[in-house]
Amino acid sequence: MTVFVIRRFLQSIAVLILTAVIVFIGIYAIGDPAEMLIAPDASPAERAQVVASLGLDKPLWEQFFTFAWNALHGDLGRSFVFNRPSISLIFERLPATLELTLTGLVFALLLGIPLGLLSGLKPNSATDEVIMTGSIFGFSLPSFWQGMMLIMIFSVWLGWLPSTGRGQMGEFLGLHSSLFTLDGLTHLILPAINLSLFKLSLVIRLTRTGVRETMPLDFVKFARAKGISERRIVFVHVFKNILIPLITVIGLELGSMLAFAVVTETIFAWPGIGKLLIDSIMRLDRPVVVAYLLVIVSLFIFINFVVDVLYSLVDPRVRLGGAQ
Amino acid sequence: MTPVLEVKNLSTHFMTRRGVLKAVDDVSFTVGQREIVGLVGESGSGKSITGFSILGLVDPPGRVVSGQILFNGEDLLTKSPTAMRAIRGKRIAMIFQDPMMTLNPVLSVATQMIETVQAHDRVSRAEARARSRDALGLVGIPSPEERLDSYPHQFSGGMRQRVAIAIALLHRPDLIIADEPTTALDVTIQSQILFEIKRLAGEFGMALIWISHDLGVVAALADRIMVMYAGRIVEAGQVDGVLTAPRHPYTSGLLSAVPAAVPRGEPLRPIPGFAPSPLSRPSGCAFRDRCARATDVCATEPMLEIAADREFRCFHPHLWSAA
Repeated sequence: MTVFVIRRFLQSIAVLILTAVIVFIGIYAIGDPAEMLIAPDASPAERAQVVASLGLDKPLWEQFFTFAWNALHGDLGRSFVFNRPSISLIFERLPATLELTLTGLVFALLLGIPLGLLSGLKPNSATDEVIMTGSIFGFSLPSFWQGMMLIMIFSVWLGWLPSTGRGQMGEFLGLHSSLFTLDGLTHLILPAINLSLFKLSLVIRLTRTGVRETMPLDFVKFARAKGISERRIVFVHVFKNILIPLITVIGLELGSMLAFAVVTETIFAWPGIGKLLIDSIMRLDRPVVVAYLLVIVSLFIFINFVVDVLYSLVDPRVRLGGAQ
Repeated sequence: MTPVLEVKNLSTHFMTRRGVLKAVDDVSFTVGQREIVGLVGESGSGKSITGFSILGLVDPPGRVVSGQILFNGEDLLTKSPTAMRAIRGKRIAMIFQDPMMTLNPVLSVATQMIETVQAHDRVSRAEARARSRDALGLVGIPSPEERLDSYPHQFSGGMRQRVAIAIALLHRPDLIIADEPTTALDVTIQSQILFEIKRLAGEFGMALIWISHDLGVVAALADRIMVMYAGRIVEAGQVDGVLTAPRHPYTSGLLSAVPAAVPRGEPLRPIPGFAPSPLSRPSGCAFRDRCARATDVCATEPMLEIAADREFRCFHPHLWSAA
């Protein structure tokens, strides 16, 4: 386990360095942030002064090493636009995105697993057909269109739910979140559903496939021959086997939900990091973009680590460290 | 003494898209108390489906379409699913062919044994665990207390089959159906397992149906033998009689295809041809296309002949002088 953690940690650092280099070069290639930041009527002297103060006059490799050196000291640079540490900008926005993503994920799991079980246990029944058809819609309708339709139906026509913003936030155990007030919750519902519809379809299909693959296996028949109830067979014998692929995919998807909540956040004006990223790319605010991606990459790495640990808990055949 | 099991005219068919597949076709037999019966046949002859039919575990599109399965005098086919569940694992247990597949890979042996105890008896977890441990000891698993908490992948194939046998023994059933339990094992392990099962069946007075394609195994183990071909029992009788003086040409064909039964240096005599597809069985005797003794009369269904020590379905049986 210790070996596993250390190796994983070293790999993570390599990934982080690589990400930083790629993003640095990428943003540099897009354009000159000075063009965006400095007023068109500024004098050449003023202009040179701003460029120098941001360090943009130095060659790229020098800029990178200054950044890397500062990053090692916990400073990921200041936003060109807001003139504030980029990391604090991100951490201001991150909770909103986490809240949205986790709610979406929980929704996808709470609804997707039972529906997947239902259709996997009764394949080709009417219920199965309805669920499968629904999941095709979830897969194939573009997320932005789904979001607009949700607003159309529930905000514009029915007027049940608000369509923009985070609403009122409550405090619980020192955490501020929309989850803790009724107003916040009503604001959360539509964007969370929008974000989760695709994942919901994915969870349904994964669960259904898992059930269909596991039910004909010998150990299920053996469990029946032992006189085990059908309920226990499904929820213990089969479900624990389905959990293995489910955890893998959910882990990967959670990362992508966090990173690409952008569309949903834009549609519902949700003040999360996705929106911050889009704004920062538009303004070529390189420190924020770099810091954002580093945070996201770190989250990915962390989630994958958790997935690996969960794996070893669910599947006894997996032993972390590979020392055997 | 009433037999433990009495199967009467059992037919199990599979309703497939390409037609009705008669996996088990009008099969009748009895298993006496403490009796070990070998059910022998090639793959696809319907012997496993016969076993699953008794337990009510035939998967769709298969279905028991007719017959009676009297277990201690009660017809299992009329029982509700709940009543059947109470019998499975408690009064009739089953051991499967491939020990690598019969245990759930993600549950510990303890979990899989304790749930079997608790599925039928209202006992505490500790009590169920103690019974599981004792059962493991009984089938010759060393240090059963520690092994309880292992997972299936930590056992060898032979040990896994012992675990499966221990699970089958947990409730001291009246009848165990063993579906080729030694086929997937090494020869040395096979004979150990055979010996253990025979010992335990005798010790607890259990009847045993041993499904196998291996005549040698059945010869060493069973009291009586039933030979199945294309969904039907073609010959049945005491093991010694059937193996030394087979009446049905299929049985004799099987025997001369076994290496040990043929003198050294002589070629084996495999049965020509293949078993007919269960979807398109010929009318009459299903074996007639492969049979050297077949005549025109074989196109009609042979009736069950009941001789003193033997039952068989054949118009042209081997005749043996009373020796």
